[in-house]
Order: sequence, then structure tokens, then C-alpha cells
Amino acid sequence: MTRTLKALLVAIVAGGTAAGAQAPVQELAFDTNADLLRTPPDVYVGEVGGVGANSKGQIFVYTRTGHPYATLGDNRTFYRGGSRLFQFDPSGKFVRELGQDVYGFNAAIGLRIDPQDHVWTIDAGANQVVKFDTEGRVALVLGRKPETMGVRPPMPRPGGGPGPGGPGAGPGGPGGAPANRRPGEGIPGSSFNRPTDVAWDAAGNIYVADGIGTNNRVAKFDKDGRFIRHWGATGTEPGQFQGVKGLAVDAQGNVYVADSGNKRIQVFDADGNFKSQFGGVGTPLAMCMTRGATQYLYVSHAGDTDGMEDAAIYKVRLDGTVVGKFGSAGKLPKEFGLANSIDCRNENELLIGEMTNWRVQRVTLKGAPAAR
Amino acid sequence: MKRTTLFSLAVLALAGAISVTVLPLSAQTRAKATNVPVIPHEAVPNFFKNPPGIYTGENMGIATNSKGNVFIYHRANETRLFEYTPAGQFVREIGRNNYGFAFAHSVRVDAQDNIWAVDEGTDMLIKFSPEGRVLMVIGRREDPVNQLLNMPGSGTFHGRNEKYRFGRQTDVAFDQQGNIFVSDGYFDARVVKYDKNGRFIKAVGKRGNGSLEFNTPHSIATDFQGNVYVGDRGNARVQVLDNDLNWKANYDQVGNPWAVCVSGGPGPKNPGKQYLFSSNSWQDSAPAAGAEFTGEVYKMELDGTIVGKFGRAGKASGEFATIHQMDCRDPNVIYTAEINNWRSQKILLKPLTTTSAQEVQ
Repeated sequence: MTRTLKALLVAIVAGGTAAGAQAPVQELAFDTNADLLRTPPDVYVGEVGGVGANSKGQIFVYTRTGHPYATLGDNRTFYRGGSRLFQFDPSGKFVRELGQDVYGFNAAIGLRIDPQDHVWTIDAGANQVVKFDTEGRVALVLGRKPETMGVRPPMPRPGGGPGPGGPGAGPGGPGGAPANRRPGEGIPGSSFNRPTDVAWDAAGNIYVADGIGTNNRVAKFDKDGRFIRHWGATGTEPGQFQGVKGLAVDAQGNVYVADSGNKRIQVFDADGNFKSQFGGVGTPLAMCMTRGATQYLYVSHAGDTDGMEDAAIYKVRLDGTVVGKFGSAGKLPKEFGLANSIDCRNENELLIGEMTNWRVQRVTLKGAPAAR
Repeated sequence: MKRTTLFSLAVLALAGAISVTVLPLSAQTRAKATNVPVIPHEAVPNFFKNPPGIYTGENMGIATNSKGNVFIYHRANETRLFEYTPAGQFVREIGRNNYGFAFAHSVRVDAQDNIWAVDEGTDMLIKFSPEGRVLMVIGRREDPVNQLLNMPGSGTFHGRNEKYRFGRQTDVAFDQQGNIFVSDGYFDARVVKYDKNGRFIKAVGKRGNGSLEFNTPHSIATDFQGNVYVGDRGNARVQVLDNDLNWKANYDQVGNPWAVCVSGGPGPKNPGKQYLFSSNSWQDSAPAAGAEFTGEVYKMELDGTIVGKFGRAGKASGEFATIHQMDCRDPNVIYTAEINNWRSQKILLKPLTTTSAQEVQ
């Protein structure tokens, strides 16, 4: 109760400084192409976990399609299938598939393209982040897919039900955690539990948002995937999270974390020290930071679980000032059904990947921002 | 004493609910209607022709478009959707390995010839353009990681009545304005109305046997006036609702309606007289006794007056081995999708004669 109140206060205070005295948020004019991706007759894009464009405008889509299977007649029941990685040309025409039949494409939840045009997939079923080089070869794998999935309901524990991320954290993860760990702190290393996003700083260090399972942390690795540090725990205080949904690193190396359950963006330095936070952007589902001289954040807000009641995409300055917003919830063009991924390589031409509408919209924001 | 009686009643009710939940296929009763004229019918032999290496499994759904092409939604090794020419030749597959196909239940074609697949495995409706591209989806497949908590998958009735999530929904229909009606389903007991853009308008129904209560609403159809016909299978009746989902009537003489359809097509509205067809389907071959009093299809006026019936349970040509969906765009040409013989049939109805009316019933 007190905790909730505190969170509310934090949100209100943060929102107050960001958006002023509840001034109405400016609606940004925009157009969209909601029929962008053209696939061959036997290829279907499903829920779009992640979308990104490389420096040549090639579009990569990591999508939940096909079927997630559990094997039977195996000493363990393991998880296979359920997601695929497709490449499209800048006009949206299908080019090829990457990562066919790899071990860890199960529940797509994110995709990012790094400055060297490598494609990174984030999977909440396999609990992995996988880097593909420009030839489509696997270059780096972070996290390990659990060898087996809990296919029976966990035994109820006295005084409380099973944790929400139970199965994903099953056997296969490292054990021997010290007893004094805070809830959600995670095990040092790449023991992800439903990770959601990845970002890099100028030196190529890797930050992983971990995530929407039982871990509420950010994990940092060097460019070769060696663990450096992590921070965060479950909670509402600064430096704590309730569902880490997105990550971005600005030109100065500050780390922006979309803390979905607390309805805020938290800002940390490169070592994970808390710097500031702001609200006023709804319940963040996805985030993207532009790369120009003046950087902006686009934050997708999803106020309901079906993408039909309450949605918008906010444009925000890095200090949390809301520039404006666009879009609403629904299934028509210019509406968004759980916008789970934003690509903002071009500041005024975004790619928005949706979960419940099985599509990518290319959004063109009309008119330059009023002030820089 | 009174308390004990109440308790016993509660236990009985619970037991009833459980038996229905565990054995959803147990719906199987003799129709109340008697002295029903028999409509002569014949099946076109081996009408649907697949190329070598292409098989259908349990044929759950069948529908025609305005050009007479036929779509069959079936459970093979994976759930698949096939298209056939009006002559029954295989044309192509639609939706292969898309995220919404897991366990077929029905398929319908709307007035614009879009194809709607109803999948009770993923709790989803998938709307395909005539070319086979996904135009809209309603409902959402459970997140596969969340789903692990519920495995091995023996879900039960929940009656959650959520705007945009289904509980093993069973069928879909459209009115002349393009509004969407969903019968939902095994784990819920309601009819849901959406506008043509998939936005929720209204839901009615809960589990039970009163008016606007359902026991597995299994099939749904509309007429040109926008009335809604719900195959309330477990309650052995067709419930008729108006366009705002108010209760209008029950037609309870025709057994357990596994499949209902209204002739004339989804639209646009045409001057042809419309009929309601309802199948009192044969559950399956075990127990065998059910074959003696199920399997027939009734033809009715829209007001429920029975015109006649045709067919009986069985696996021979022209017999019906668990009709799961029917298409009756043309009231004299009925397509039947059948579970237990892995087939669909094209059935031609002949004019009703006095002789045929005297046949064994």
C-alpha cells in the first residue's frame, strides 16, 4: 500500500516536472503505411516482437509465427519453434529468412540493429540474445535456453502461488545464488529471465534489459560478451524495476530504462548509478532513441493488454519533456495494437512493430519539430 | 433438510457441469420433431480431389465464396486451410504455418469474399483477403511462456467474458453492415459482437439453460435482417437473437445443433428466400448406439418451421460422420465438413415429394 502510494507520488512528481501543469500533450501529425511488408504466399508475419532497419534501409523483423512446440518422448520436454527472423528490402518486399531452425527462436520479443549493421534478436522463451553478423551467421549468443521447460504446473507453495516467470527460470540456469540477494536482482551473468531488449554504448559494451520474468535488472557485458556488472531489483524505488521493457543508451553513455510497471523511464550512468527519472509517457512498452545531434526518445505506451483501448507513441526529449504524441489503440492504419518495437533510425520515419495486429507500420511524422 | 437438498442440487449441478466440460462431445440426443418429411438427397461422389501427397484430416470447417470456390479448414498433422475450385479441384493452401493456426474449428467467408478462420487452439479469428493475406486478427494466442504454467493443456470452462480474448471460440458470422458475431465457446458461454474494424460492441450470455444462457454455443449464422442464430449445442436448441443480441426465440425440436447455416450467402442481400439448416450431428462411432437417432440435417424456415430433413449417421457416401460445419449459400447444394471420415461432401437436395415424406424416419 505504502509502496503503491510512493510509486504514484514518484510518477506524479516525475510527470509534473516533465509535462508541466498537466498541459495537454500536443498531437503530432503523421501518416502511415500499414501494408508495408510483402511476403511470399507461404510466409506469414505474426506477432512482431521486434523490427529494425540497417544502414541500407533493409528491414529485419523478428516475429512469432509458426508454432511453439514441446517435444515428447525425450528425456526432457524442450521448447522449439515459434518464431522466425525475416529480412525485407526498404520497400517492404521479402528478401530472405535468417536463422532457420536455430536452437533458440521461440518467443520473439525484440530486435535491434547495432551501428555495424549486426542484427540482434531477443527471445523471451529461450531467454537469449543472439547476434547475427551481416552475412547472417551467428556471431554471439548471450544466455542459455533452459534445457527443459516446466510442462506441469509448479507445485503450489504454502502462502503463495508460483512466480510468474517460474518455467523460464527452470533447470539449466546457474544455481548457488547467495541467500542475501534481493528479489529480482538476478544471478550475475547472462541468466536472463524473459529478457526484452538490448543496447550498446559507443565502446560496444552490451546492455540487456532483463526483463519481464523474475529478474528486474539491467546486465552489462563487454563487446565480446564478458559479464561486467548488473543492477536493479524488483520494486518501486529509484534503481528498482517492475518489468524492464526497453533500453537505450545516449551519446554520452547514459542508460535509459523503460520501467513498465512503474510507468517511468529511469536514467543511469554507464556503471548503473541512478541519475534521474521521469514519467508522463504512460505505461512504456517499447522505446527507441534517435541518433541525431539532438537526441529524442520515442516511447510506446500501452494502457491495456489487448491494444484496443489505450495507446499512443510519445516523443520525448532526453530530459523527459514530452514533445508530443501520436496514434491510438485499434486495428486500423494509424492505430497500434501493442506497439512492442520501434525503429527510429530516421527521426521522422519510424517503423512500428505490433504484437496484436501482426504487422509493421511505417510512420512518417509530418513537419519538423517546432523547436530543437 | 432444506440445506441438504440445496447442497445435493449444487453437487448435481456441479457434476453436470463437469461432465459437460470433460466430455464436450457428449451432446447427443434424439430430436423432438416427429413426422418430418424426408428431403431426397445425394452426394457427389469423391467431389474434393487432392493432388498426391496432399491430405485433409478432420474436416472441421467448410465455406464457399461468391465464385463458388470452397475452403476447407482441417486438422491434419498441422491445422491447414485449403482452397478448391467450384469443381472440387485443389487450388492452393492459405495461411501455412501462420501463428494463428493450431486447432481448426470453423471457416466462414464474408460478403467481400474474405476468408475467416476460427481457431479454437489459439483462441483467434484470422481474416484473410481473397488473395490469402492476413487483414485482421481478433483474440490472442496465449503467450507461449505463460502457457507453460497451464500445461499439459487441460483447460476448463472459465467464463472470463473478456472483450478481446476468447475461450475456445467456435464460429463467426457477419451482418450486412459487416459487424462480426462470434460464438464463444467451450470455455466461455456467450455471443460477442464487434464492428467491422474489430472493435468490441457487446457481449451477451453466461453458462446455463435459460434465455441468453448457453451450453457450448458451437455455431453461429445471421440472416439478411441481421438476426443471429446460435447453435446452442449442449442445450439442444438454436437460440435466435436480434441484431443487438436480445433474445427472440428458441428452436428446440431439431436435436443438438452442431452446425447451423442460413442460405443466401453472407451478402450482399439478395431477394432469394432464406432457410436455416441445423445438423444434429452423430457424435462419433463410440458408443455406436447414437448412430440410430442422430446424424440428420434439418431444413427450416427462418421462423423455425421445419421444412424437412435429410441424411443419417454413417460413413458411406451421402451419410454423415459428424458434420462439424455446413455451407448452404445455395439452399439446394449443401457442403458438409465431417470430423470422423476426414472428408467433406457436396450434397444435392432434390425436390420434396410425397413419396419421400413417407420414407422411414
